[in-house]
Amino acid sequence: MLETKKTIKVGIADMKVAKAPNILRTAGLGSCVGVILYDVNKKIAGMAHIMLPDSSLARGKTVHSAKYADTAIDALIQELEHVGVYKYHMKAKIAGGAQMFQVASKSEIMRIGPRNVEAVKREIQKYRIPIVAEDTGGSNGRTIEFNPENGVLTIRTVNLGIKEI
Amino acid sequence: MKVACELIFNQLQLDILKEIGNIGAGNASSALSELLNKKIEMKVPRVRLVSFEDMMELYGNADKQVASIFLPFSGDLTGNMFFVLSVEKASVFIQHLPGMEQYSFQQAPYADLAISAFQELGNILAGSYLTALSEFLRLSIYPSVPGVSIDMFGAIISYGLIEISKVSDHAIVIDTEINDPFSLDGNEFIKGHFLLLPDPNSFQKIFSSLGVNS
Repeated sequence: MLETKKTIKVGIADMKVAKAPNILRTAGLGSCVGVILYDVNKKIAGMAHIMLPDSSLARGKTVHSAKYADTAIDALIQELEHVGVYKYHMKAKIAGGAQMFQVASKSEIMRIGPRNVEAVKREIQKYRIPIVAEDTGGSNGRTIEFNPENGVLTIRTVNLGIKEI
Repeated sequence: MKVACELIFNQLQLDILKEIGNIGAGNASSALSELLNKKIEMKVPRVRLVSFEDMMELYGNADKQVASIFLPFSGDLTGNMFFVLSVEKASVFIQHLPGMEQYSFQQAPYADLAISAFQELGNILAGSYLTALSEFLRLSIYPSVPGVSIDMFGAIISYGLIEISKVSDHAIVIDTEINDPFSLDGNEFIKGHFLLLPDPNSFQKIFSSLGVNS
């Protein structure tokens, strides 16, 4: 039987859930962090493209949950539980949180990548989900693809080539 | 939906934002024109309300490689400015400098001298853009040292969305395209974009400095 394989696009401040043979993809991660929570036995995964560490930074009236580390992880877990993945079967992989510009400034924006990574890790650990692989920091943009079939995260950069974690 | 409504402007306000692009980019492209001793054409600026996702894909895919200068500014007005070029065009700029005739940004690692030359170009362009704006609006604007990155467009532009993302899911971008009107082969020598992304709280200051109330 032929199965059509789709690539499901995750935008910035967005999250999606996919089941094999479909794959999840988010492009152009800079200071943002891509988080994948998955269950390789059920071949289901969720991906979020997180922009900011903490929803308390929000000054608007509505909080867009996929945008912030503290709300996105929680929302992603709920979405996965909704399609039958148990929290204690979930594993996590993360990528991103780069510092794209080497600017001699103390501005908060320049530190946002590392802060995003710290916040994402703290949130994932809060739910006792193991982070089995990560590719974070540095000064490169990343495009990532996750295959729920085998749990492989493929990371493409402009200058460092392609790697799998 | 609500947030998008907050950033909708009337025609007069849109015209003012366009004029800001005109004044800033006009000054910057004259500086560039003098620097390269070449005539540079400037298109009429576009002012757009863009969702973050569309922002990431403004010139193609979010992972399209570009050469970019990033300049956050503070003072009465706060926000970010970008000067974005294709990698090929950025290489052409650098090749105008003595000793760099063969240089190309196609392949990392990049020479320190090339990066610093590109950064200096950014300094001149961004400085002249913001100086013109500051004089026109009679508001103080303090540029920071420009950052250089040759990488994925989405990874770069997302820095301009961080401050905005705290209040909205959309950004107002004032986009001015410049190019070289006399390219012989139709393959323009210079083609770049000045992108001005004021923080949401800066719009009111722009309008009130010109005596326009919202």
